[in-house]
Amino acid sequence: MTMNFGYYPGCSLEGTAKEFDKSLKAVIGKLGVNLQEVQDWACCGSSSAHATNHMLSVALPTHNLLLAKQQGLENVVAPCAACFNRLVVAQHEMATDEKVRAKVEDILERPYNNHLDVLNIIQFFDRVGTDVIKEKVTKTMEHLNAACYYGCLLVRPNDITKFDDAENPEAMERVVEATGAKTVSWNFKTECCGASHSIAHTEIAVKLSKRIIDDAIKHGANVIVVACPMCHSNLDMRQVNMKKQFPNHQEIPVLYLTELIGLALGLDAKALGVDLHFTNAAPVLK
Amino acid sequence: MHHTHKPPFIEELTAITGQDPSQCYQCGKCSAGCPVREFTDEAPNRVVRYVQLGFYEKALTSKTLWLCAGCQTCSSRCPKDFHLAHFMDAMRELALKKGMVEDEKNTVEFHKAFLKQIESYGRTHEVGMVRDYKLHTMDLMKDVDLAPTMFLKGKLSILPHKVKDTKTIKKIFKQK
Repeated sequence: MTMNFGYYPGCSLEGTAKEFDKSLKAVIGKLGVNLQEVQDWACCGSSSAHATNHMLSVALPTHNLLLAKQQGLENVVAPCAACFNRLVVAQHEMATDEKVRAKVEDILERPYNNHLDVLNIIQFFDRVGTDVIKEKVTKTMEHLNAACYYGCLLVRPNDITKFDDAENPEAMERVVEATGAKTVSWNFKTECCGASHSIAHTEIAVKLSKRIIDDAIKHGANVIVVACPMCHSNLDMRQVNMKKQFPNHQEIPVLYLTELIGLALGLDAKALGVDLHFTNAAPVLK
Repeated sequence: MHHTHKPPFIEELTAITGQDPSQCYQCGKCSAGCPVREFTDEAPNRVVRYVQLGFYEKALTSKTLWLCAGCQTCSSRCPKDFHLAHFMDAMRELALKKGMVEDEKNTVEFHKAFLKQIESYGRTHEVGMVRDYKLHTMDLMKDVDLAPTMFLKGKLSILPHKVKDTKTIKKIFKQK
């Protein structure tokens, strides 16, 4: 039986994180899942909306939630952690703040008639079932010691995202272990990578991301698994800066969760977009 | 009946976040766990303290507002359930509205460049965003070594992806 989900890719997945989209689409074909993209979706506003204008940060995600609802979707998968966060925060604001709700309804000229289930990528694989993934593994990932990196926006603020534990989440470990990979116990799984400071304050993103990488390696990881485009670009692309700045920098490949699952399902690394990374992923491709 | 008259600034702030800054009892747990504390001029709990004491200008001009990465660690750990990350959002909004951003213009330019793409196309166009950011900050050489690889890998598209319903997007920006 095919499982159906709505799909909100978000802007990063058609740009700098296109391998996240590519690998997700490759994987669902193997898992018997169908994704229906929200037609004419717009940007969620990301950090820049909530950092500068509250109304904008609620209205943009709500516009998308209403589009999804209009198109008959009952749930929507938002693989980008930032999109996931903005969609659930907007739902929370619309449900709890009457003034905001009235103004957003006025701007959008539509009543707000949610509720729609918004799922992050880990919740999505949980719904599909770790046993289903396990059954379909053709190439075990047992050579990998994975540091599961959640970053900020999947888990926090916990009273709104209502996803796992804010300090020590373990849901991604369960999905990763379904591929045969081992997971390491480490300290930095929810520490911030510097997020969008990558552009205006590169030095902050490099320093925070380096700490995360070093801690993963110290605890025996040979790969970091992520579920967020911003985290991926800071941990993967910014290793280019780290190598220049720190001559002893030890490299580590960074995979999207969807890429790891794809590899375990026997898909070709190139079909998953693993060749699009800045830090060589060859060591994990055995 | 007892009436308390809140200062207009507090009214303005509370209207955005729905929370009163007096809720914070200054335990400092937020600052202890703040990942950008080493880069900021003021600890985040001190920014709240300035507001509690009425030093609004000092709070609004702090670099801390713009160096906050929005990671939400403070909000998640607060024993009083004060969403400091939302407080920071509201403070940035008010600092912009009152024209009180003295330092950290680069971060502001980044946000403006990002939002301009959404307003024009409905989606973020990374090439256009970085172009606008660089032109406004004159930080022209940043990451020029990474860009060619990004183009080769097809991660940066020359043309923006545009939504059909730009009318609604423009309306959201106009009436926000």
